[in-house]
Amino acid sequence: MSIEMKAKSTIEQSNSIEFSGVVYRINDIPGRSIVCSTNLTVSRGETLILLGRSGSGKTTLLRLINRMLLPTSGQVLVEGLPTTEWGPIRLRRGIGYVIQEAGLFPHFTVAENVGLVPELEKWDRARIAARVEEMLRLVGLDPAEFSKRHPRELSGGQRQRVGVARALAADPPILLMDEPFGALDPVTRAELQREFGDLARRLNKTIVFVTHDLREALLLASRIVLLEAGCIVATAAPRDFLRIDHPEVKAFTACLDLDPGASS
Amino acid sequence: MNTWTFFWDHRADILSATLDHMTLVAIAMAIAILIGVPLGMFIVQRPTLRALSLGIANIFQTIPSLALFGFLIPIPFIGGIGKRTAIVALVLYALLPILRNTYVGLTGIDHAVLEAAEAMGMTSGQILWRVRFPLALAVILAGIRTATVITIGVATIAAAIGAGGLGSFIFRGVALVNDSLLLAGAVPAALLALLADFLLGLLERRLRVL
Repeated sequence: MSIEMKAKSTIEQSNSIEFSGVVYRINDIPGRSIVCSTNLTVSRGETLILLGRSGSGKTTLLRLINRMLLPTSGQVLVEGLPTTEWGPIRLRRGIGYVIQEAGLFPHFTVAENVGLVPELEKWDRARIAARVEEMLRLVGLDPAEFSKRHPRELSGGQRQRVGVARALAADPPILLMDEPFGALDPVTRAELQREFGDLARRLNKTIVFVTHDLREALLLASRIVLLEAGCIVATAAPRDFLRIDHPEVKAFTACLDLDPGASS
Repeated sequence: MNTWTFFWDHRADILSATLDHMTLVAIAMAIAILIGVPLGMFIVQRPTLRALSLGIANIFQTIPSLALFGFLIPIPFIGGIGKRTAIVALVLYALLPILRNTYVGLTGIDHAVLEAAEAMGMTSGQILWRVRFPLALAVILAGIRTATVITIGVATIAAAIGAGGLGSFIFRGVALVNDSLLLAGAVPAALLALLADFLLGLLERRLRVL
């Protein structure tokens, strides 16, 4: 973790991430905003779920946090500092990132993938090796069996576990996840969701998690933010979410009713 | 029968012409790689230069090889009769496959991998050298392989401007209507091309990651 981040976090308030009047649009399309004026705070240690259909702007919001995108207007504060003032490299090394296809480096072994950010941060070798082992155990992979494998020798679920281990390796205070379990079969997905839920509770990280799966949201969230066409239309704790009277919420809960596996 | 005895009698000449030919190809390929690969890396982020350099390389490829050798003769410094002119022409020919494959290899990488690399806080230099380049290597090598095979063939024509090599047998064979002479140039050239293709193919498969 960066020194700046630690220093900031002790001084600043309990907000880990804050969107303040954030608008994002692409130059060529002046009329339409990808993200309309957004205000949102994410508290330290919470698991915030961004829920919405494809194209609702949830991934865009995520990418605004680690400065993969910069807001057209307004600002995104990470640990109290606007992303525009963070150097992109520094900022991103302090933020874990997990995406749908895991995005593991095919030419790296599992151990090299997991140890990448510590290595970029110039940790010494013994410390990296110990950390990699610890991370693999944390996500339920036996280091002796998996360290030397390449991503192509893993199942989809195992790859995603490695993706989570890699994101956590340098112990970042923030974790961004973009439909991390979206490409998995339903059984593996349920397994990983359950395990990740336990992990998230133990780790006390600030997690922003994008999904279009309401069940996943209900399972993992401390708070759900529903997006529609780039705007936040509802924010609620999971237990209150289903009671919200909004057409887009109804649209999502309707899918839940249709799904026989959803009750319980 | 006649041809075999001819080959045997002139084995020293054929061998030395083959070595000449290989030297010509090796020098031209080394230069083409030293220009093509870095240029291919350079144009990844620069669309205008990309269109321009791929366009120019493409044009060279469309000029008939004999004509290209001819065009180069009157040009000062690089032109004239001999090996130097031949090498310039061969480099121009070899450039397109190398340049194009380098560019395609570097840009054809799984988007998720590049996104992860960027999001983990790798600098653009680290992404190029540690992610893009190793993953593109097999494709770049495929371009080098294609270019080598082309160059071995085109280099036979270089004899027309006095560059020597296996082409000298072929040109003499054509002029004298002598099949044995013709084959003394053509057979080793074909074997060289096959051998280069095979060896570089082996290397390429070893480097292929997925």
